[in-house]
Amino acid sequence: MRKIRVLVAKPGLDGHDRGAKVVARALRDAGMEVIYTGLRQTPEQIAEAALQEDVDCVGLSILSGAHMTLIPKVIELLKKNKAEDILITVGGIIPDEDAAKLRSIGVDEVFGPGTPTQDIIEFIQSHARA
Amino acid sequence: MELVKQLLKGDKRACARLITLVENDDPQARKALKEIYPHTGHAHIIGVTGPPGAGKSSLVDKLTQFYRSHEKTVGIIAVDPSSPFTGGALLGDRIRMQERATDSGVFIRSMGTRGHMGGLAACTKDAIKILDAFGKDVIIVETVGTGQDEVDIIRAADTVLVVTMPSLGDDIQAIKAGILEIGDIFVVNKADLDYADTAVMELEMMLDFGNKKRWNPPVIKTIASTEKGIDTLAAAIDSHMEFLKKEGLLGENRRLKVEMELLEVLNQYITKEILEKAKKSEKFDDLIDSIVKRKIDYHTAAKKLLKH
Repeated sequence: MRKIRVLVAKPGLDGHDRGAKVVARALRDAGMEVIYTGLRQTPEQIAEAALQEDVDCVGLSILSGAHMTLIPKVIELLKKNKAEDILITVGGIIPDEDAAKLRSIGVDEVFGPGTPTQDIIEFIQSHARA
Repeated sequence: MELVKQLLKGDKRACARLITLVENDDPQARKALKEIYPHTGHAHIIGVTGPPGAGKSSLVDKLTQFYRSHEKTVGIIAVDPSSPFTGGALLGDRIRMQERATDSGVFIRSMGTRGHMGGLAACTKDAIKILDAFGKDVIIVETVGTGQDEVDIIRAADTVLVVTMPSLGDDIQAIKAGILEIGDIFVVNKADLDYADTAVMELEMMLDFGNKKRWNPPVIKTIASTEKGIDTLAAAIDSHMEFLKKEGLLGENRRLKVEMELLEVLNQYITKEILEKAKKSEKFDDLIDSIVKRKIDYHTAAKKLLKH
């Protein structure tokens, strides 16, 4: 049976992963397999983990403000490995104009503070390749 | 199969995709395994089991670091439990291993049990074959955090490490049957905590009670966080492999595992066939009614279905 696999990762240096954990737990309770990589991950570590774990979706949680530096790198590394079919979602503090730019380079959705976890679950269920 | 060709060439995406196929019990998986099987049998398969929180993942990480510094490539399968209610899982073993993520000589795969009992997922043994054919020298399989009875790992690994930590129970815990019988090597991790020597002593006494075997499992103290004892542990793993080879046991043990796995596979086919026939039988619903009304019992009903 096919199961949706999601990598939840925190790129960069901020040490606050409550949001990532809440989302990871919600996805687990929705029947998905969630691989959590822990804090302070480089784009290289995230892309490698996504490839080895053969995930359908990568969820990036970032609060530090470095999203415009780190997220494009993750996308670039996935593209380099012909893994552009992996769904990419971003959560955290992302200003609207940055969210628009991120969408234009391949982020599938940006979820801001206060997003109900059900919205995230439904988005992944209806957009992941599984 | 194209994926298998790519796997044998060392393509990691093919490796990842093939593991997904066996995990999902995809019809293509059997075809792939048929092609993969002749390329297996080269890796040293190390099982790591023990209670949750004993430090299995950290130990796997440090062992991997050790093997990499000795130019061996490593495949890791880390199993965590799936929810019996939703089927979902939070696979968190990788957190301790992410420093290895970008090392091209290491391949790490997390796996949910998906309802399978025994400490492994149903497809773990097939995933081992894929990593073996992928060319990994050492394959480390980390079971779910085990209690006392999850001993499937002996059917998958050449060398089994049972990892425990100080203060987990008294000496009676150490002489119970089950998981403590399956260790080729015992590890007392977090040995900087109090009562580490007591834990070692209790394990040694437990091992001493038993009949002397040709291999006497060593008890090794480690502190994974500071890498203390990792070299001693790696040396013990090596000596166990040498022992297996010298005594001709490697072949013997692997033959035994082949027998068990063949019976398991056969069991799956037979069970599936019989269950499908039974459910299709026109007697099926009537027999359930009869059992509900307590006119007949389960065994009589089952025998009637088998006669059909």
